[in-house]
Amino acid sequence: MTASFTILAAITVAGMAAAMGLRNAVHCVLALTVGFAGIAALYLQLGAQFVGFTQVLVYVGAVAILAVFAIMMTQSRPSATPAPRAPLWAAGGAVAAAVFAVLAWAIHSNALSVQALPPQPEAAPSATVQQIGDALMHRFVLPLEIVGLLLTAALIGAVVIAMGRREEMK
Amino acid sequence: MTWIVQNLWLVPVLPMLAAAICALMGYRHRIAAASLAIGSMAISFLLALCAFAHVLGSHAGNGVQTVNVPWFQVGGEWLKLGWMLDPLTSLMLLMVTFVGLLIFIYSVGYMAHDDNFTRFFCFLALFAGAMLGVVIANSLLLLFMCWEVVGLTSYLLIGFWYAKPEAAAAAKKAFVVTKIGDLGFLLGMVWLYEKTGTLLFYDGGAGCLEHSALAHLVAQATILGLATSTAIALLIFCGAAGKSGQVPLHVWLPDAMEGPTPVSALIHAATMVAAGVFLIARIYPLMSVTASGSPAPSVALEVVAWVGATTAVFGALIAVAQFDIKRILAYSTISQLGYMMMGLGVGGVAVGIFHLITHAFFKSLLFLGAGSVIHGCDGEQDIRRMGGLSKSMPITFAAYTAGMLALCGFPLFSGFWSKDDILHAAHSWSISQAPFYMGAFGALLTAFYMTRQLYYVFAGTSRLAELGRDSTHLSDPHGAAHHAPVHPHESPAVMTVPLVILAAFAVLLGFIGTPAWPWFQSFIDGQPASFSFAAFYGFGILPVMLSSALLVFLGLALGWALYGRRPIESAASSDPLAELQPQAFSLLGRAFVVDALYGATLVRLNTVCSRISDWLDRWVWNGAVQAVSYFVLALAWLDNFFDAAVVNSGFDEGCESVSRGGQALSLLQGGQVQSYMRIIGGALIVLVLFLLWGTKI
Amino acid sequence: MNPLQGYLLLSALLFSIGLAGALLRRNAILVLIGIELMLNAANLNFIAFWRYGPVPAALTGIMFTIFSIAVAAAEAAVGLAIILAAYRHSRTTDLDRMDSLKG
Repeated sequence: MTASFTILAAITVAGMAAAMGLRNAVHCVLALTVGFAGIAALYLQLGAQFVGFTQVLVYVGAVAILAVFAIMMTQSRPSATPAPRAPLWAAGGAVAAAVFAVLAWAIHSNALSVQALPPQPEAAPSATVQQIGDALMHRFVLPLEIVGLLLTAALIGAVVIAMGRREEMK
Repeated sequence: MTWIVQNLWLVPVLPMLAAAICALMGYRHRIAAASLAIGSMAISFLLALCAFAHVLGSHAGNGVQTVNVPWFQVGGEWLKLGWMLDPLTSLMLLMVTFVGLLIFIYSVGYMAHDDNFTRFFCFLALFAGAMLGVVIANSLLLLFMCWEVVGLTSYLLIGFWYAKPEAAAAAKKAFVVTKIGDLGFLLGMVWLYEKTGTLLFYDGGAGCLEHSALAHLVAQATILGLATSTAIALLIFCGAAGKSGQVPLHVWLPDAMEGPTPVSALIHAATMVAAGVFLIARIYPLMSVTASGSPAPSVALEVVAWVGATTAVFGALIAVAQFDIKRILAYSTISQLGYMMMGLGVGGVAVGIFHLITHAFFKSLLFLGAGSVIHGCDGEQDIRRMGGLSKSMPITFAAYTAGMLALCGFPLFSGFWSKDDILHAAHSWSISQAPFYMGAFGALLTAFYMTRQLYYVFAGTSRLAELGRDSTHLSDPHGAAHHAPVHPHESPAVMTVPLVILAAFAVLLGFIGTPAWPWFQSFIDGQPASFSFAAFYGFGILPVMLSSALLVFLGLALGWALYGRRPIESAASSDPLAELQPQAFSLLGRAFVVDALYGATLVRLNTVCSRISDWLDRWVWNGAVQAVSYFVLALAWLDNFFDAAVVNSGFDEGCESVSRGGQALSLLQGGQVQSYMRIIGGALIVLVLFLLWGTKI
Repeated sequence: MNPLQGYLLLSALLFSIGLAGALLRRNAILVLIGIELMLNAANLNFIAFWRYGPVPAALTGIMFTIFSIAVAAAEAAVGLAIILAAYRHSRTTDLDRMDSLKG
């Protein structure tokens, strides 16, 4: 429980809470990038540099930008009348709070917290790019291929779905 | 166990399959139906040849080879069906398939103008399949099933021209009369099953025709001091008598001539009526079993012999005074079936079956010849209006004469040898000599009535143009079209070729069973045959042979004296025999008034019974039923009240609550993604709590 | 409270924030972002367990996270495309108005 962890955790939680709570959607996405960056920093602190940079590339660089584009394309015109709140809307907040309470209780009361952790080096275990590449090319080559296929399919699918029908394009 | 024994079931199944396919075909596919039926029959014939060759080759012991398959389970026991191959089966297979094949081919010509050609071949093939099933069955049950299919197809074929009222009535009559016999058969079969626990004939020592079962049966006595075996045998003989037209169940056979002539040839000469004789031969061990040590024939065989002898004379007497060409042959068939039964009763399997085989050939030849005559005369069946056909139909005439001589038992023709065999066996019967004299008298009559028929049909001048045609013949499918004078003509080759083949067999077939070379008898009994002329000089053979030959000549001479010496001039002139003995002739002409007797007794009894039943129905049972119905009505009213008050409202409540529940549940399906997600979140909470609780314990 | 528990608590908190966003926001894009957030929280769990787990040399936590990120990226792309298509159809991204699946 170091100071750096506390600071990074505070930044991340604040960014995410803002992303979920702000009224303006564009602001939300901006706060989201802060949150994603905070998570990336946490990865770095945990010694997973590769994952951290991947996080920055994919989430901060791609998903957030995609979200910005989507918001810009859908909110060119503000909706005329806000729809009435659905019944039981407030129950959602209660469910989320209960989930957190239950998870926290679980973490707190679990055997894991009672038992001593296995002895571990103070320094992070090494996970160099070379090791990760080796693992990807040998042990995890089949999942890698499948994920490649999945990404290709998702790319084509996203283009097809977003393109719409031909007459609308004219 | 060779290939042919394993696959013997193909013999009956192939024609049945052909029948099934024909049944599904449209009535326009005439050539396809005919070729299918004939083709299947030809393959069956080839298979029968294989089976025959197999039996001939492996001729050792009694040579019964069986294949039994379990059918279904009754209680703790398996009901088994199976087929068998022995000399008797192989011979019958050969005869049925061969004669059947020829008749199928003949039918192509005879039925050429009929609209229901396809249906005809369907029935014909089904009949042949069922008959072959009867022949190969190794189980009384399977035999009975095929037997009933035979009865059904017989009904269908007799009533083939069902638009004719006489044909429909004849079909119904044949069905009902044979069913009376079959009832006995069924009772006997059930009894046999109850006593022996099996219906298989041969089952490696456990079959109902094998020694242990028979010994068990003969040891038990039942009513009237009969052994159980005798009682069962007599019950089964009822079925055989119905099928084979024995007195007093013969009445359906003459009427069955309403069917198309090939049907008469196939069913009522060669095969179906022979099924009864075959049945007796098949269960011969049961028929002949006696208490150990007693040399006398069994009671069952005695009954068979007496019934057979009576039928032989009875049928021959009636045949003398008939005018319908097919009816003469029908009564002749009854008489000859009597001979077969008598042969079985007095002589044994070989004697009866030998006559069955030869008779099948010459009688189907005669029927087909009669069919050819009818065809040539455009549907005319009354022999008084024929005449002079020997000139216009030479092939038919020659073939018919051959069949007629064979039937009369003219020396050296096939009928001579087989009938002589029977007479000889009757002569040396230990119980009585009477069957011998009855048989001899029948032989004399046979020669006489066949001569009479031959002169009427073929000699003299044509009387066809006379008298015009009366209305009964208008409904005949062949003669319906025109009233113009008919010129008799020879039939096409497709009809005459089978005639010629059958004629050859009718003449020559007897030589396989002469006293000098009794190949047939030894084949049936499973012994090697030897050739010796000395056998002619055996006990009583030559005298019997000579006397029967003399009787035949006497019959022929009598026939010539009455009918041949003075040609019949006019169709209207009365029968010479009728002039001599008008009363007797009319009695015979009305077939000993058996039909009328049945009408006056059985049918009237039936009517009275039905009247009584009707009265009982109206007043007694009806009253009871009415009372019950009122009671039920009251109950129903109560029920109705209960329903409306209790059950209905309960159900209504239930339905409403279900519907309310459904409405409540449908709130969950709001189409709102987030409400779904809320539920998932709640589920997650429950899951985590559940897992935590699990680790705590 | 050891470091692992700290990370787990943080990840549980992020998960709950994401869930709250997904449950409460009416903008479909923000709901999708909330789901991404929940995925990120799970990824953080993996990395924390890898770091403090008994066999860090196996790299399984890292691998799982990498694949998870790839799948999440694909999901985000398709999800946003669907939202765009739905928007073109109904001219709104308000989830309360999108209830044509109503039973």
